Amino acid sequence: MARLSVQSLNALRDQLQAERAGREGKCRATVIVHMGTCGISAGARQVMTALLGALEERGIADVAVSSSGCAGMCSREPMATVQRPGEAPVKYADLDEKKIVRVLDEHVIGGSIVKEYALAMGSERAG
Amino acid sequence: MQDLAHHILDIAENSVRAHASLVVIRLQERPSEDLLRLEIIDNGEGMSEEMRRQVLSPFTTSRTERRVGLGLALLAQAAREAGGDCRVESTPFHGTRIVADFRLSHIDLKPIGDLGETMLVLAVGHSDTDFALEIERGGGLRRFDTQEIRASLGDAPLCSPTGLRVLRGHLGEVLGTRPTHPYGLKESPNAC
Ligand SMILES: Nc1ncnc2c1ncn2[C@@H]1O[C@H](COP(=O)(O)OP(=O)(O)OP(=O)(O)O)[C@@H](O)[C@H]1O
Ligand SMILES: [Mg+2]
Repeated sequence: MARLSVQSLNALRDQLQAERAGREGKCRATVIVHMGTCGISAGARQVMTALLGALEERGIADVAVSSSGCAGMCSREPMATVQRPGEAPVKYADLDEKKIVRVLDEHVIGGSIVKEYALAMGSERAG
Repeated sequence: MQDLAHHILDIAENSVRAHASLVVIRLQERPSEDLLRLEIIDNGEGMSEEMRRQVLSPFTTSRTERRVGLGLALLAQAAREAGGDCRVESTPFHGTRIVADFRLSHIDLKPIGDLGETMLVLAVGHSDTDFALEIERGGGLRRFDTQEIRASLGDAPLCSPTGLRVLRGHLGEVLGTRPTHPYGLKESPNAC
């Protein structure tokens, strides 16, 4: 194993702290990818893989990712829901690999909703 | 669905919805019988005999969001198109077993697709369910099991960078692909 520099030790400590924060429920956000048949046929698996790849590339450990069933709007799949603590959940529709990474950077990390892809609040029920 | 790996993801999602704590996905290649057998076995809540009998029809669903349930009907169609068939066995409160048979040599057999991505997405997506993948081929058995991975990770979540690295490493070993690309684990079409 290579010798650990102070810098790499600090980085390791930060990473472990962030991962512990995630475990303790102190996630900066949760992203739920909808994984019903309609979602999967429209590309939900690829959307989730792109999201995981981007999280890994950015070294982010305090974003929780999970799958759930169909969001009830099959024609707008793939869909994902972003939930930041203390904020209303936001549903995104017609996603692809590029769009989900933009949602990650701008909303999950940056804190501002990507309005172009977001469903209007409350419109979930109309589908 | 473009390949069997996507069907597997979809059928295993049914098991999760039925509150299974363990889902075993088994792929057997039996060239002497010209057979590819896919089994998805869960210990979820199962379904009634009435449900079981109609579940391969596209109009059977317990969903409330819509009237059609397509997942099992699509799998059955893919099996029939490849000269095979699909059947469902289920015991309420005990679990469900889906068996889909395909003729290995059939021209309309869908490619297997990327089993690594399917397992990764299942494992990360459902922290309360364990998934095992067993591939029997050419006399050998290869096995991937999230129970082992979760045990070795302690309480680090699978969606953390460490979790993903460990998951990809295991999947790469089992599927015989080196996870070099971050989205790695590509399998060549039609290779089981
Ligand atoms: N493993 C299982 N355990 C218990 N019930 C199941 C299982 N798989 C399927 N079912 C039942 O069969 C129904 C039909 O399943 P199917 O996958 O065909 O459609 P769906 O899941 O309802 O909708 P879709 O797959 O289109 O999102 C389900 O709604 C569920 O009630
Ligand atoms: Mg289904």
